[in-house]
Amino acid sequence: MVKFLKRSYVYLIFAFLYMPIAVLMVYSFNDSRSRGMWGGFTLRWYVELFQDRTIMSSLYSTLLIGVVSALVATIIGTLAAIGIHNTRGIQKKVIMNITYLPVLNPEIVTAISLMILFVFARVRLGYLTLLLAHITFNIPYVILSVLPKLRQLNKHLYEAALDLGSTPTQALWKVIIPEIMPGIITGMLLAFTLSIDDFVISFFTTGSGVSTLSITIYSMARRGINPKINALSTIMFTFVLLLLIVVNVRQAREEKKGRNGKNGSKRQVSSLGARLGGV
Amino acid sequence: MKRATLFPYVIWMALFIVVPMLLVLYYAFTVPTDAGATWSLDNFSRFFEPIYLRVLGRSLRLAVISTIICLLLGYPAAMVMAGNAFSRKSVILLLFVVPMWMNFLLRTYAWLTLLERNGVINVLLNALRLPNLNILYTESAVVLGMVYNFLPFMVLPIYSVLSKIDKGVIEAAGDLGANSFRVFTRVIFPLSVPGLVSGVTMVFMPALTTFVISRLLGGGQFTLIGNLIEQQFLVVGDWGFGSSISVVMIVLILFSMAIMSFFEGEEKSVALW
Repeated sequence: MVKFLKRSYVYLIFAFLYMPIAVLMVYSFNDSRSRGMWGGFTLRWYVELFQDRTIMSSLYSTLLIGVVSALVATIIGTLAAIGIHNTRGIQKKVIMNITYLPVLNPEIVTAISLMILFVFARVRLGYLTLLLAHITFNIPYVILSVLPKLRQLNKHLYEAALDLGSTPTQALWKVIIPEIMPGIITGMLLAFTLSIDDFVISFFTTGSGVSTLSITIYSMARRGINPKINALSTIMFTFVLLLLIVVNVRQAREEKKGRNGKNGSKRQVSSLGARLGGV
Repeated sequence: MKRATLFPYVIWMALFIVVPMLLVLYYAFTVPTDAGATWSLDNFSRFFEPIYLRVLGRSLRLAVISTIICLLLGYPAAMVMAGNAFSRKSVILLLFVVPMWMNFLLRTYAWLTLLERNGVINVLLNALRLPNLNILYTESAVVLGMVYNFLPFMVLPIYSVLSKIDKGVIEAAGDLGANSFRVFTRVIFPLSVPGLVSGVTMVFMPALTTFVISRLLGGGQFTLIGNLIEQQFLVVGDWGFGSSISVVMIVLILFSMAIMSFFEGEEKSVALW
């Protein structure tokens, strides 16, 4: 009986969490503009969604910026993690604290500080500034994903590679990078999702004419309800669900290999959560 | 492995993290004059005018209320999830995380559909012949939006601490004669404090700084500190005042983090950031 009550409580919380999403999804198939009524099944909103040029062009910007910023952040972040791993003392402390700054700062502060920088430096707000901003907030997450892998690495591996005649660059590329690859990939996926999901920082660092999906949704939602957004939500939720399943299968496989501590994945989940909520 | 690999990042960090923060400080502590800019605290003294203090008060109040609701709802949920009510814990945990992955704006927007005058909730209430619920564009809707968006941040850290508690400790307390209430107040709850503190921090901070939830669900009537900053930068164009509010916000957050870490003590058992 107690067990039943306990379970019901958690199911109630789940109902609270999922109900709005479920309603959005159901109403994306509703052939009536008014929300209270059910006017029959339709795919009209999906058709209109794909014909909407503003939405489609912001989808394109979102994906483009997501991919490019994730790639650049992964390269800079991975190299930085390797460097940080080999730094000691006060230097390391200073670098790590500055790295945590964009993670801990309220997003709106990061956003306005970058906006001030770009306007101050007379960079025209648009694709370039969006990209620079996204790379900036992505790098710390790549570093934080790669560092644990480096700590697990056998210290003598690199020396062994050198002893066996490889140059430092070769040792890095052929020995270190493959060993920390799982961390790099997690970091890159994290960076990509964060970039796609970001609203606040994009909102302040973009200029006229360039908008990401989040910005478009915001300006549409400000004007009230729009069934096209429901259709878009359904597609995005399905996509995210698939992505999440892929990531989880990956992690499960890794955990089976016994390399990745459970803590690693938990930390990512909550840091991601922190990010998503920091609006 | 050479430390030279750090080089690109250090430059990036200096340019895009350190310099922007210094610029914010610069704008906060100067006022423009004909000859350029002079150091001044005018921007800060403006913040202490009654209208702005009211905004600050409202932000703090709504953030505190949301945090308390999240705690009251989230702590029992975390306890149940960490206990043995469910056989497949990882699935339950995953179900908790999935909604967080949905775009934040869409999750907030979803409540518009539910709360509208002719929205789903009111249609259901009408069908049951119950009075209508008209909370959209009120403070209640903003609090609801905050609780909805940030509840998982409360549950996850508490869950992770609770699930790490040694079952032996709880059994020992029982063997030594404590009833289940005492076991909770004397053993489980004190051990869960670090998670609770993380949860409170992770809910309170985004709730304090949000401007999206208040804009969408509060309909722009309920200006919070985040909206104030947004307006200064995007509408009014008063960077000095906007920056000074941002500095106040950073100080507030550092202050609450200091309080939190005082409660958290030395134990850093929760993997958070």
